[in-house]
Amino acid sequence: MRAYTPKDDVQAKAYYTDRYYVAPQVPKQEVETDEVFAADLAALKTKFDVKEAFIQMKQMIVYINANDIYGVLEFLRDELTYTQLSEMSAIDWLAKDNTFEIFYQMLSMTKRKRLRIKFFINNGDAVDSVESLFRCADWSEREMFDMFGIEANNHPFMKRILLPYDWQGNPLLKTYPLEGDEFAAWYEVDKIYGKEARDVIGPEIRDTARVDRYDSERFARLGFEVPKGTKITGNEEPNKQDYQEEGGVFLVKKFTKDASKIIDDPQR
Amino acid sequence: MAQHKVNYSQDGGLPVALTSIDKIVNWGRSNSIWALTYGLACCGIEMMASGASRFDFDRYGTIFRASPRQADVMIVAGTLTKKHAEFIKRLYDQMTEPRWVISMGSCANTGGMFNTYATVQGCDRVIPVDLYLPGCAPRPETLQYGVMLLQKKIRANKAGNAQKPKRLM
Repeated sequence: MRAYTPKDDVQAKAYYTDRYYVAPQVPKQEVETDEVFAADLAALKTKFDVKEAFIQMKQMIVYINANDIYGVLEFLRDELTYTQLSEMSAIDWLAKDNTFEIFYQMLSMTKRKRLRIKFFINNGDAVDSVESLFRCADWSEREMFDMFGIEANNHPFMKRILLPYDWQGNPLLKTYPLEGDEFAAWYEVDKIYGKEARDVIGPEIRDTARVDRYDSERFARLGFEVPKGTKITGNEEPNKQDYQEEGGVFLVKKFTKDASKIIDDPQR
Repeated sequence: MAQHKVNYSQDGGLPVALTSIDKIVNWGRSNSIWALTYGLACCGIEMMASGASRFDFDRYGTIFRASPRQADVMIVAGTLTKKHAEFIKRLYDQMTEPRWVISMGSCANTGGMFNTYATVQGCDRVIPVDLYLPGCAPRPETLQYGVMLLQKKIRANKAGNAQKPKRLM
């Protein structure tokens, strides 16, 4: 049995962190500063519960309840002309308060406005699929499931989209190491040759600065490479780099520089 | 009747060349290395350029085939992802012996700059490799030189013997 190592915080930590550091934020404006957004928000508030709304970078951000998402997007699409779902995905806040933040980026071509719908769900909860409203949400929700493990209710084909079906782990979680966990490190070996081949093939070499001392004995002396185990005296014969054997090849003519005509006049 | 211009006074008077079976078989093999089209990433573009008219792989008898059953060499040109690893093994197994593998570019050699969870760190973790071409991506000249070195390797071996099984394990 391998000793268990906790995998909660496997990413490399920064050398120095300021305890009182607060990440700078883009300034927020009141929704009333933009009359188009103000009208949209007022229409939205008549039917749904809006928790928070503000404008950032000329885009309105609206926080709603997780249960309302299907109705909100249907209302935005049919009544408020936000007919395109540009992007949707999740943000991992598990370390902070064990939640995911889900966002839906909407675009209105007629109003020339972009609007973002956001809400929080707890870890382990599912979201309602908007695939029947926006066809593009099909793959986005599958990607969210692939990368975060958040399932979408009523999705027609809730399976992984990028990674193989038998993959374990969700790579966009903050707890997932960039170079992969143990499952990822041995994935191809386990799948093709079986677990018993791990000893034969060996672990992945991920150290980019790795120096094999035998390489420096045999290969680093460019033009003077020697077989393994040879005692290097410094008087090695140069290892001639040639594309063809010295004595010529049966039925194949060797190109010789001397016999060829070199055109040195560029204006020929 | 055809007028054959054969000089019977030379070469023992007969239009015959004597050679060994090894030489003639290796001549055939080394000058008709059919490659499997296997462009996985940007190295595939360089591989296509090598096959096209400016660099002209046909001079070496290297013609790209779209089936592993007709191919002699697999040029792994690009990043091998973990999802694809089982398929490269399957394609390699479908190639008839004798067969060779050229690992083209940093990604196929070592995983290259993709030090991530989704990339196989060198395609030699999955299939045995005969020749590694350095570069990101290697120029078509490098691939040409690699094919010529492979020809040299083919000619250096005995043709009659079955190819020694090249297995990882």
